[in-house]
Amino acid sequence: MDTMRDRFISTTTRLLDEDPRLALVLADISGDGFRPAARAHPDRVINVGIREQLMIGVGGGMALTGLRPVVHTFASFLVERPFEQIKLDFGHQGVGGVLVSAGASYDWPAGGFTHMAPGDVALLDTLDGWNVHVPGHPDEAEALLREAVPGDDRVYVRLSLQSNEQARPVDGTRFTAVREGRGGVVVAVGPMLDPVLAATGGMDVTVLYATTVRPFDASAVRRAAGRGSADVVIVEPYLAGTSTAAVNDALADVPHRVLGLGVARRELRRYGRMDEHLAAHGLDPAGLRGRIGRFLGDGARH
Amino acid sequence: MTPTASTTPRDRTHTRQDLDRLMARMTGDEKHGPAATSTLDALWVLYDQVLRVTPETAGSAERDRFLLSKGHGPMAYYAVLAAKGFMDEESLTGFGAYDSPLGHHPDRVLVPGVEIGSGSLGHGLPLAVGTALGLRAQGLDAPGVWVLIGDAELDEGSNHEAIAYAGAAGLERLHTLVIDNGSATHGWPGGIASRFQAAGWSAATVDGHDHGALYAAFTAPHPGRPRAVVARVEPKDA
Repeated sequence: MDTMRDRFISTTTRLLDEDPRLALVLADISGDGFRPAARAHPDRVINVGIREQLMIGVGGGMALTGLRPVVHTFASFLVERPFEQIKLDFGHQGVGGVLVSAGASYDWPAGGFTHMAPGDVALLDTLDGWNVHVPGHPDEAEALLREAVPGDDRVYVRLSLQSNEQARPVDGTRFTAVREGRGGVVVAVGPMLDPVLAATGGMDVTVLYATTVRPFDASAVRRAAGRGSADVVIVEPYLAGTSTAAVNDALADVPHRVLGLGVARRELRRYGRMDEHLAAHGLDPAGLRGRIGRFLGDGARH
Repeated sequence: MTPTASTTPRDRTHTRQDLDRLMARMTGDEKHGPAATSTLDALWVLYDQVLRVTPETAGSAERDRFLLSKGHGPMAYYAVLAAKGFMDEESLTGFGAYDSPLGHHPDRVLVPGVEIGSGSLGHGLPLAVGTALGLRAQGLDAPGVWVLIGDAELDEGSNHEAIAYAGAAGLERLHTLVIDNGSATHGWPGGIASRFQAAGWSAATVDGHDHGALYAAFTAPHPGRPRAVVARVEPKDA
C-alpha cells in the first residue's frame, strides 16, 4: 500500500493538472516525488530550497494574488520553525492556504527528536480559523486533501506513516460512531483508531472516529455522551491533552470527566521504531487498555 | 505602459508640499519622527511617478503592488495614500485610535490600497516573492511588485532566504527598496547593495531624498534580475 505522503504526491500532481488555481510550494522535501509536476507546471510548483520561512511567506504571497497554495514539508519545519510566518502571512493577511505535513510525531524514530513534531496541532490551536485534518489512512488523506483544495480557508493536513488497516468514509467535518456503548465515550483521532478499537475490545463504550479535529465536532461528543454525566477519553497521535479543552467546551453544560491521551511532553531521547515509541507513550493497545479501563472503571465493563 | 500609467496626470491635486500637512494631522506636529520622514521622499516618488495603481485600480489584477514591510512609522505611507486619494484626509486624524483603521502598523484588511499588514520585520520580502510568483503563474507579466524594507530589517534571516531565492529565480518584476538610515546594529560591511548583487540582483544606491535620483534608480532596466534600490537617508540617531 502507498503511504499518505505517496498519496499526497500523486493526488496533488493530478490536482495541479486539473486546477489552474492550485500552486505547490516546497522546501526540498518531497522534491523528487514532485519532479514530474514541476516539469509540467514550472510556474505553479515552486521549490524554494531549504528555506522554510520563505516557503510560508511565498505561500501567503501567492494566496494574495488569488492562487490556492499547498505548502509542504516535515511537520517540525512546516509548523514549528516558521510559526510566526503562519500566524502573520496567512491569518493576519486574511488569506488561506493548505499546509500538508509529513513526519508527524515519530514517523522516523531513528531520526530522533529533531524530526518529531508532537506539538504541531497544539501550536496551531493558538491561531484562529485553522481547519485541522488528521487522516488515518491514505484514502482518507486523499479525500481530505480533495476537500481542502477548492476552498479559500486555512487548512492543515497532518500525514503520518502510522495508518489504520482500513479506510473509512470521511467528510472533512464530522466525527463518526464506529462502536456504540453505554459506559463512556472514547474519541480516536486518525491513526489511533485501530489501537483504540483493539484496546477497547469487550468494553461497553462508544468509539468515535475523528479525522477532522478543528473545528471540533462538539455535537457528536455531546450526542455520544448522552444526557447524564459523561466520561470521555480522547486519544490523539500528538501531544496528550491537545483537544481536552475542546471536549470540555463540548460538555460545558453536563457533569463530565475527560482523559486526554497522546504523546507525552517529556522528550523520550530514544531512537528505534514507531511501535516502540507508541508503547513508550502508552499508545499501544495494551497501554491504552489499561489507562482507558482504569479511567472508565466499572461502567465500561460488560 | 498600461493606460493607468502614472506618467499621465492624475486628478489628485496634492503635491509633495502637502505631505507635511497631512502628516501633521496624525502627529499633531509639523516635525516628525525619523522613521516616518526617512521614507517620505522615496514613497512619494514611487506613488507619484512609478507605481501603476490608483484608488480606482486598487482591486485590479493588473495593478502594481507595493508592500510596506517596514510597518513602523507608517505616517508617511498614510500621508501618501491620502494624498493619492486612497483614503480621506479626515481619517488621518484618528491615527492609532480604537475606532481608526490606521494603526501604528498598517493592516491590509482595514485600509484601502494597503497590500499587506505589517509591523513584524522580515515578512514583506517573502510575501513579495510569493506575490511575484503568483502573478507570473497567472500570466500577469506587467505588474511590478515593490517592497520597502529598512536596513535593520535586513538583519532578519527570512529576508536573506528571499534575497537568495529571488536572485536565483531571476524574478524580474520584483523590486526591493531599502531605506538605509544606518540603524542595523552590526551594520553592513561592504554595503547593502553588494549583498543583493552577490545574490544575482541588479542594485543601486542613491540619496533617499533626491527625487530625480530615486526615479532614475526605480525605473532603470534590469532584464532577467530582481532590482534593489538602496535609498540612503540621515542616520537614525543623527
